[in-house]
Amino acid sequence: MSTPSSALPAAVPAAAPVRSKRPPRVTPARIGVYAFLLTAAAFFLLPLYVMLITSVKPMAEIRLGNLFALPADWTIEPWIAAWSQACTGLDCSGIQVGFWNSVKIVLPSTVISIFFGALNGYALSFWRARGANLLFGVLMIGAFVPYQVVMFPLVRAFAAAGIFSSLPGIVLIHTIFGMPVMTLLFRNYYASVPGELFKAARIDGGGFFRIFFQLMLPMATPIIIVAVIMQVTAIWNDFILGLVFAGRDNLPMTVQLNNVINTTTGERLYNVNMAATVLTSLVPLAIYLISGRWFVRGIAAGAVKG
Amino acid sequence: MSAIPVNSSVDLPSSSSTATPVPHVASANVDIRQLEIRLGGVPIIAAMDLHVQAGEFLVLLGPSGCGKSTLLHSIAGLLDVHAGSIEIGGRDVTWADPKDRSIGMVFQSYALYPTMSVERNMSFGLRVNGTPKAEIEKRVARAAEILHLQELLKRKPSQLSGGQRQRVAIGRALVRDVGVFLFDEPLSNLDAKLRAELRRELKQLHKNIGTTMVYVTHDQVEAMTLASRIAVMNKGRIQQIGAPGEIYNRPANVFVAGFLGSPSMNFAEGTLQVAGGAVTFTRTGLSVDVTRYAFAQAPRDGQAVLLGIRPEDIALHLDGAAAGDGSGTVALVEPMGAQTIVWMDVQGQQVSAMLSGHAEPAVGEQAPFRIAAEKVSLFDPGTQERL
Amino acid sequence: MDVGRSRLRQHWSVYAALLPMAATVLFAYIGTVLWSVRISLSNSRTFPSDSFVGLAQYERLFTSERWMVSVHNVLIFGVLFILACLVIGFLLAVFIDQKVAGESVLRTVFLYPYAMSFVATGLVWQWILNPELGLQTTVRGWGFENFSFDWIVSQDKVIYTVVIAAVWQASGLVMALMLAGLRGVDEEMWKAARIDGIPRWRVYASIVLPQLGPSFATALVLLSVGVVKVYDAVIAMTQGGPGIASEVPAKFIMDYLFGRANIGLASAASTVMLLTVLAVITPWMYARSRSNRNAREA
Repeated sequence: MSTPSSALPAAVPAAAPVRSKRPPRVTPARIGVYAFLLTAAAFFLLPLYVMLITSVKPMAEIRLGNLFALPADWTIEPWIAAWSQACTGLDCSGIQVGFWNSVKIVLPSTVISIFFGALNGYALSFWRARGANLLFGVLMIGAFVPYQVVMFPLVRAFAAAGIFSSLPGIVLIHTIFGMPVMTLLFRNYYASVPGELFKAARIDGGGFFRIFFQLMLPMATPIIIVAVIMQVTAIWNDFILGLVFAGRDNLPMTVQLNNVINTTTGERLYNVNMAATVLTSLVPLAIYLISGRWFVRGIAAGAVKG
Repeated sequence: MSAIPVNSSVDLPSSSSTATPVPHVASANVDIRQLEIRLGGVPIIAAMDLHVQAGEFLVLLGPSGCGKSTLLHSIAGLLDVHAGSIEIGGRDVTWADPKDRSIGMVFQSYALYPTMSVERNMSFGLRVNGTPKAEIEKRVARAAEILHLQELLKRKPSQLSGGQRQRVAIGRALVRDVGVFLFDEPLSNLDAKLRAELRRELKQLHKNIGTTMVYVTHDQVEAMTLASRIAVMNKGRIQQIGAPGEIYNRPANVFVAGFLGSPSMNFAEGTLQVAGGAVTFTRTGLSVDVTRYAFAQAPRDGQAVLLGIRPEDIALHLDGAAAGDGSGTVALVEPMGAQTIVWMDVQGQQVSAMLSGHAEPAVGEQAPFRIAAEKVSLFDPGTQERL
Repeated sequence: MDVGRSRLRQHWSVYAALLPMAATVLFAYIGTVLWSVRISLSNSRTFPSDSFVGLAQYERLFTSERWMVSVHNVLIFGVLFILACLVIGFLLAVFIDQKVAGESVLRTVFLYPYAMSFVATGLVWQWILNPELGLQTTVRGWGFENFSFDWIVSQDKVIYTVVIAAVWQASGLVMALMLAGLRGVDEEMWKAARIDGIPRWRVYASIVLPQLGPSFATALVLLSVGVVKVYDAVIAMTQGGPGIASEVPAKFIMDYLFGRANIGLASAASTVMLLTVLAVITPWMYARSRSNRNAREA
């Protein structure tokens, strides 16, 4: 209510210090950012580095106890040994057995689990069925259930059906456990497909399966790529399910790897162990490096549930 | 709905008890000299001079990619300049931080802080910079009053409509008490009706507080209605700068002539005939007496020119009157309620004429027309400049 | 949308297609859980038995030293792991978001551990932390005679080694989630903050962080579920040792199911595990469905 003075308000001082030339690009803050990131990168790369150089050193050098030293005597013997001579239990034909087992497991499991995921996602997005959404809700909770909770009953059931410890058994297991995430993935993807497309197909006379196989499945190529990446990585890296359900003849590479390293008697051949570890990680790492952005999409899609 | 006017230099005893006369910074002028801006090494703006007078409402108008937004961002300090200088209120701010330039800015996407209430949105910057609480409250109250935000102060942006959000964005700039307001296409996200409403509010706001405003848009209606001066830009250069009437009636080149006006200006190629003190524009089927045209240089006989005439300056003689300057065949009629646009075929060229009221010439009808010679613009076909 | 008369005819195909899903939910999820709970209320040992013993198995469980140690371990592991991953993941995301050169290379480096199996991770870190030939010896070799890092064979510190390995693997995931959240922040809001004169760190603290609520919640839930499930890494790295010092519930259950032939006890433990998981995800799912509903109504 009082007459305002002509003084300027304090927050906007008339003579604010103003820069008179181009601000420098390199500031302490910038240096700090890079320092942090590079240190973090070193921490993350450390194990990879150690894995690789240990796998090409002869045991004599390893016993010197210098983890980070570059090998003086490069040798690929450990790799050959890991692949074809390492002992996994009683059998000593190397981890290649595990490699092919994993391939045998991963291929059908991926195809089947993605197929059902797509089918479910499609049915849930475009069609009305009583109780379908409730079913889906329970399935989603199932995605979080730890394996141990459901494991034993499944073991009994599979044994009764005669598929325990077999390839079909492990494939079925991966389909079951992959169903929640795969269904979610496709349901979310189909939710972004315009409903008009579906209606047009219905008007054109398409039935449930025809629309699925001829329209919706081909359309879902981007998400199929993401699903393949996610499933191959997850199934290849799986340990516990393969351990329990695959049977001695089909043990995946991860299980074989653990056998090689942790159940050997006698001297531990660290270089062979590391070589075996690298070999086991090759497939998922290769997928990761090649797929790049798709991998991240998979994380975002699978992580953002509902 | 009218806001209580707050005069910038005199404290009037207000008629409302809620008006709080608050002293604030005087409007600043903006001087841009020889400005050069590069993005990714490519020069977007080169050797630009622009002088915005204190208190005026300058609109930067142009198509997408003409550099108007780039220019605005460099005035704000969000983009580095390559060469040249920018002065605001007499201070060289070429390298200053945005917060030190005495500017406020309103963006196309409102850019409100989503987790804060309207009140906190407006006061956040002041709080961070240590303004005393009482001062903050005064300024927020004043801005809320001017923009009719009093009831919305406690709401979050997600609970506001588009128009309300934009007002909050303006309010955020208003509380900063600065010398210049910058607007980057603020109405483009709104629907047509809301756009018209907010346009009027912006004009009223400028009347009330009188601060310098620099406004970027591609919409000519906004430019014409809001601006005290318009700077038409194309390809990083200012094509013409002047009052809306000037730009509209005396465009400096073909680009400006064609950019403003809807439907746009009609162009016809022809030659000038200079004979015995009279200058006539001629082409097949058309002849216009342009003796009174304000030529910059004396016209030459046989000079090739481009004639421009706006649709509303073409009068159709549908009542079968005698021949006018030319004649055409009606091809399409667009009745718009208050006006009717008639598209004619004149010697193979499409010409539009605007008639007021609701006329309905028949398609195929032969219509002679007169051109208002005093409204004509003549351009050199080669340089595209006004003669 | 439904062509009335042929509704019945078309719907059989929908139900047929959804049959596998229904079967999975009913048998593989609901059925097994019910069966497990039933077993946990009996005194089954190697084979399921029908004798109902009430909550006796649960009592046995919570008086078992091994179980209590594993719960204790998983809690310590959980708290440290989640905190470390959230903080590191967030910092990595924020720093990468500063328009640094080589951003995609850095992202690749931070995220590749997530592509590796838990087993491989555990084995590599087991090697690195090997007291005789790993980090400890190497650093001593550099002249730091008294450097000691033999946590992996120490009863009270071994669980921390599992934390290190797990954080190494999962921080990248948190970073990816946070980065996605950060990128969702309106670019023009940054400009507005610059004009308001708000320093960068303040923008992150007061404006960006609150907006990242959903990303944090998602990361928290994913990490928590991972904590409860942790098995592979422990098996590979320490086999639960030394002794039972790094025992975790998942391993406890597996051992009792298959090795020690006491499925009653193991089922009780599984049920406890299940309830814990449900307790974590239910509030989250509820909050999500509420915010989805709000967003739809807004």
